[in-house]
Amino acid sequence: MKFTTLVSATALAVASTAMVGAAQARDQVQVAGSSTVLPYASIVAEVFGENTDFPTPVVESGGSSAGLKRFCEGVGENTIDVANASRAIREKEIKACAENGVTDIIEVRIGYDGIVFASQKDGPDFTAFTPVQWHNALAPKVLVDGAIVDNPYNKWSEVDSSLPDVEIAAFIPGTKHGTREVFEEKVLLVGCEESGAMKAMMDGGMSEDDAEDACLAVRTDGKSVDIDGDYTETLARIDSNPNGVGVFGLAFYENNTDKLKVATMTGIAPSTETIASGEYPVSRPLFFYVKKAHIGVIPGLKEYAQFFVADEIAGPQGPLAQYGLVSDPELAATQAKIEAEDTMK
Amino acid sequence: MSDTTLSSPAASDGKDSSVPQKTSLYKEDALTKKRNASEKRFQAYGITAILIGLFFLVVMAYSIISEGIPAFTRTVLTVEFTVTQEQFDDAEGQLFKTRAYEGVFTEAMSQQFQEKEIAVPFDITAIERIVGKPGNTIRQYYLANPDQLGEPVEFELAASSRVDGYLNGRLTRDNITDSRFLMKSDLDLVDVLVEGGIIQTVFNWPFITGADSGVDNPGGAGIGASVVGSLFMMLVVLFLSLPIGVAASIYLEEFAPQNKFTDLIEVNISNLAAVPSIVFGILGLAVFIQFMHLPQSAPLVGGLVLTLMTLPTIIISTRASLKAVPPSIRDAALGVGASKMQAVFHHVLPLAMPGILTGTIIGLAQALGETAPLLLIGMVGFVARGYPDSFVGGFLDPNSAMPAQIYTWAARSDFAFYEKAWGGIIVLLIFLLSMNILAIILRRRFERRW
Repeated sequence: MKFTTLVSATALAVASTAMVGAAQARDQVQVAGSSTVLPYASIVAEVFGENTDFPTPVVESGGSSAGLKRFCEGVGENTIDVANASRAIREKEIKACAENGVTDIIEVRIGYDGIVFASQKDGPDFTAFTPVQWHNALAPKVLVDGAIVDNPYNKWSEVDSSLPDVEIAAFIPGTKHGTREVFEEKVLLVGCEESGAMKAMMDGGMSEDDAEDACLAVRTDGKSVDIDGDYTETLARIDSNPNGVGVFGLAFYENNTDKLKVATMTGIAPSTETIASGEYPVSRPLFFYVKKAHIGVIPGLKEYAQFFVADEIAGPQGPLAQYGLVSDPELAATQAKIEAEDTMK
Repeated sequence: MSDTTLSSPAASDGKDSSVPQKTSLYKEDALTKKRNASEKRFQAYGITAILIGLFFLVVMAYSIISEGIPAFTRTVLTVEFTVTQEQFDDAEGQLFKTRAYEGVFTEAMSQQFQEKEIAVPFDITAIERIVGKPGNTIRQYYLANPDQLGEPVEFELAASSRVDGYLNGRLTRDNITDSRFLMKSDLDLVDVLVEGGIIQTVFNWPFITGADSGVDNPGGAGIGASVVGSLFMMLVVLFLSLPIGVAASIYLEEFAPQNKFTDLIEVNISNLAAVPSIVFGILGLAVFIQFMHLPQSAPLVGGLVLTLMTLPTIIISTRASLKAVPPSIRDAALGVGASKMQAVFHHVLPLAMPGILTGTIIGLAQALGETAPLLLIGMVGFVARGYPDSFVGGFLDPNSAMPAQIYTWAARSDFAFYEKAWGGIIVLLIFLLSMNILAIILRRRFERRW
């Protein structure tokens, strides 16, 4: 029958394409991971493809944890070569890697990313924040007159008279984001300690760990909204809510200065200079991790890593800094590390 | 409408105190009025529902078109300048070659502007901010035409996304803040260049034909490569799901015995149609990539995953259209001595074809717009970086798909990418519309009435 032959022919054709696929060597570098690093990696990937004879690497998004998980799946062409991360790899992940045979990992720090607090350009005057204000605005329990009570504040002006007299509406990154960790550590925890709430909780019989966890908690009455998407979603929320304050990456803010205005943190305005010098408190290093076993197998892998951190690219005059990355002052050490293929530990 | 016969039993139930009376059929009594009113109301509800639907359709079409139109135009600088052999050798010797060409270009521009005695003050960085990323265009040109070195060549180079935004009205002098991306003073230079005809707005062919670009180069981003990715995926889906789906439904409908086992299969097919698509993505990752070792980010894998998603749709619609063929056709075929298989393939299947084709194309259209499963098999991100170099490569080389590309663009921080996302939606809709038109044409062609 004509029809049956058609079916079997198609099945055969597909099976053979599949075989060819499995047998064909991968010739492009495969990268996945943090959506914060993705923009930088895509810039480098495009320029790398334009300026070398290697094919343009593939850069997928998905988040630091997902990227590292795929990275640790094993060694071989059907696993990724590079994982982007907006935080350092964890002990647990290194262990998971080792279990799957991924033992030699090269850690590359590409630079720093600042986290800024911004609101609608024509909205209320949010111009200066401190960690204590954020803690008091967002924590479920705060210190009032020496006692830990349920958060009584509804307006920013109640938290601090220097802030505008509008309802608290904060849009913070969701828990799956690397940014959330930095926000918790550098803003909420610091605020909690500085306001004395942490000490009061420990005096009240909590262990240090419990008190720390309590400090990182965020009120759930709708004044603080977790954004699980990316910064474009936060921007959309701010757009529709003139009183909203959102957490953004420095590069994102700088690309949208026509819609957003930024606030200082403890008196320091965020900029590439203040972040590089360490004055601006809320920043974090960005990384990518290279599978050493793939160097020499996947063409262009080492060259990609070298190209990424070259002075022309990741340096202060390069396109990454131009887009908003804060260059790493110790870039030379990183370059030497890749050259020597130094793995972690 | 007649009413007396209907109203009398209601009255005799004792609900109505009035005694049944013989009235004219032409005279409306209370109950008839009520029934007519309720019919009118129902019609009004229906019309309202349609109007609401239409309203949203208009709003959607308006917002898509108004937001997406800017993606189809681009701002270019038409300039003539010379690259010498020396500059070429120097640039090729560097690590960051394209940047070197950009340096040569801005310098040449700055010189030209000075010679033309442009009325506004400007410096070399202003030119850098106005122009997009011309380096690769220039480099590729001279690599292909080395004989042009030393000769003046006219280039059409993309302006930066902010100049683009200024000319299409997204940015105004009021909402621009000075930044390293664009200074207010640069706009004076832009105005002069527009007057001089150097900066022009033209149709954005690179958007239709190009591939994705890095986040700092929105002017170079195009949807072409991901259209090709979608096309190859659809080929896989079509050539797998149509034969498998049709064969499965013919067997189930015409040959399979009715027992518990086939019942179980039927229930499961209906259930599969309702499974969220992301589940198929996870399955695809586990089976096709991790177990079968197919390449990551490949349209082949995307197509296989979408085939799983489309199969139930095709099976259900095929079975429905097989059922719709009158039994008399089968009986007649069997009656003149055809075997069961001949009856099905010569008589039933051709009559069921329009329904099958419609179902297939609707299934394909659904698959075409799907992003979620692609997320897990590595087709979202900076993936559609170029065209595949061969037919087999089209299936195996990493590529994205239209909806995945739109999703990626919408998440980027430069607003120009947001416009591109809307532009991409227009292209996707055109694709879908043409598929649906094809479905209608095929249906008309094969349709037979009895």
